[in-house]
Amino acid sequence: MSLIRDTTGTGPARHTTFPDPDTSRRFPFLRRTPRRVQETKVDRIFLVCTYLLLLTFLAVVLLPLLNIVASSFSAPTAVTSGQVLFWPVDFTLRGYEVALGNPQIVTGFLNSLFYTVVGTFISVVLTIALAFPLSRRSLFGRGPVMGVVVFTMLFSGGVIPTYLVVQNLGMLDTRWAMVLPQAIGVWQVVIAATYLRTMIPDELYEAAQLDGCGDLRFLWKVVVPLAKPMIAVIALMYAIAQWNGYFDALLYLRDADLHPIQLVLRNILILNSEAAGGATDPTKMLERRQMADLLKYSLIVIASVPVLLIYPFVARYFTKGIMIGAIKG
Amino acid sequence: MTAVNSSQTGGTFTRVSPPGKQRNGLPKTTARRRARRSLRRHWTLYLLMLVPLTHLLIFKYIPMANGVIAFKDYNVVQGIWASPWAGWKHFQAFLANPQFWELVNNTFLLSFYAVIAAFPIPIILALALNEIRQGLFKRTVQMVTYAPYFISTVVVVSMLIMILSPKVGLTGHVFGFFGVEAVDLLAEPGYFRHIYVWSDIWQTAGYSAVIYLAALAGVDQSLYEAARVDGATRLQKIWHVDLPSIMPTAVIVLILAVGNIMAIGFEKAFLMQNPLNLSASEIIATYVYKTGLLNADFSQATAIGLLNSVVNLCLLVFVNFIAKRVTGNGVWS
Repeated sequence: MSLIRDTTGTGPARHTTFPDPDTSRRFPFLRRTPRRVQETKVDRIFLVCTYLLLLTFLAVVLLPLLNIVASSFSAPTAVTSGQVLFWPVDFTLRGYEVALGNPQIVTGFLNSLFYTVVGTFISVVLTIALAFPLSRRSLFGRGPVMGVVVFTMLFSGGVIPTYLVVQNLGMLDTRWAMVLPQAIGVWQVVIAATYLRTMIPDELYEAAQLDGCGDLRFLWKVVVPLAKPMIAVIALMYAIAQWNGYFDALLYLRDADLHPIQLVLRNILILNSEAAGGATDPTKMLERRQMADLLKYSLIVIASVPVLLIYPFVARYFTKGIMIGAIKG
Repeated sequence: MTAVNSSQTGGTFTRVSPPGKQRNGLPKTTARRRARRSLRRHWTLYLLMLVPLTHLLIFKYIPMANGVIAFKDYNVVQGIWASPWAGWKHFQAFLANPQFWELVNNTFLLSFYAVIAAFPIPIILALALNEIRQGLFKRTVQMVTYAPYFISTVVVVSMLIMILSPKVGLTGHVFGFFGVEAVDLLAEPGYFRHIYVWSDIWQTAGYSAVIYLAALAGVDQSLYEAARVDGATRLQKIWHVDLPSIMPTAVIVLILAVGNIMAIGFEKAFLMQNPLNLSASEIIATYVYKTGLLNADFSQATAIGLLNSVVNLCLLVFVNFIAKRVTGNGVWS
């Protein structure tokens, strides 16, 4: 309730209560009392400091990002000689042309798209299939099952034993290795179950059952449409984790044609694998090295673009997601 | 369906059993009856749950069972169960490993540094954001500081490499400005932890601040009114109203962070590693990967991983106990 009152802005808090209506009618000059308590000098200095602090935060986060983006749009010579600060020098799209002409990068990008779409779909279906039963109070044994689920968050067999399972299933070097082993996130299950328990009241459930609506039909016709915001949140969580991850690919994929973009990025940027071999002509070699530097910048941008495109939605939904998680079960 | 039948026979059994026995088994009977009713009513839900539970069994619980190779000399030909037993050999080998203390040290130092340095910054950010008016500037700061959280680890490390590169990067400018010879910071073991932790803070401060902002939004407005009437300055208001109100949240966040100390991420440390900074950047997680996957010493790697998991589990249980004592509410139960 207090929240609603606050959003109306100038609530009673802002007024000094002294001149009640009657007094102020009789003594109009008293009405002139300031609506807010006057800010002292100390407060104003403090407020200025606060703004400066926030500006610093803004600059520290923004400037490195700007430097990368500006470099990716600059001329190769300007990049290599370190002239670019926060605005492109000699604007050009050469870096992107070269990146998009590189089959390795294009394959990686498409692979990542595939893993993200398919992986997210599998994850969301499995999560709902687990969370909906767990959210029904009348289900016998839901406590122990929840325990079984949560325990996997606290303790794990480790990297190698999981690798052995994937190996024994014959999933090494297949696309399945990217979308199946990590498909269920415990945290997402907890969020979904909590949401369903609080947002789908048992009365609704029982009413539907009395009308002869089975569990699965109820899930499909009532729960899924009602829980769209929650499904969006967990889908975004899974999608971003899937797009950004590289560890599973590093473990399970040898075949370069299956690599996601993050692994391609790692190979080019961190291992510096694209050696400038071949050309013996010094000017050609210099040009090639400059191109390689520029390519790295544009590759960083390309690998982040899909996430940045959905960022406005993500920011809003993620905040909600944190809040749902905070309610906890 | 077999489950339904068996519970039905159980029910019949209790019905014909003598009264004395039935009385002793009363709670059991009701539980059974509830189970049977639940099964009959919700059998589709149980079937539905079976799919994700099978997934957890295969990809979470079988690996736990596979952890047994930590006590064996695993070889590919004989497989997990037929390989000969080795007892505690692999654990002892790890404890006797000359690298052991370096690994433990690196892991703990990195984690503790990260936890302690990353704790106050989001609080400061949230308090500052809470002080200023709603508006374009506030929204911009929030959106921008929040954004790096969604950038992948690979991209962040790539950015670090480009920006810290003495030749092309931003730091080259800074060094040039002061007229100092540019150094490759990533190749210096002494800088590894600072770079790791502060880039982490760069990435997560905005995200972590959201939790505190939510806590601040829930503060009872009458407290602010009272403070105003008493003539409190902004700083006093923060000190006496804001900070105490977000303290419970802060405690939970800190406790959770401490509980995850042994689980410090493989991804970033591995990417930031190079032969020159290895003495500071080799942590347990990266060592496990190298031992297991690159040297194919599966049993040794599993043993180290298992040790790490057990220590982490103990930490989590301990931390949950503390959280229960402090806030009257466990973190997960």
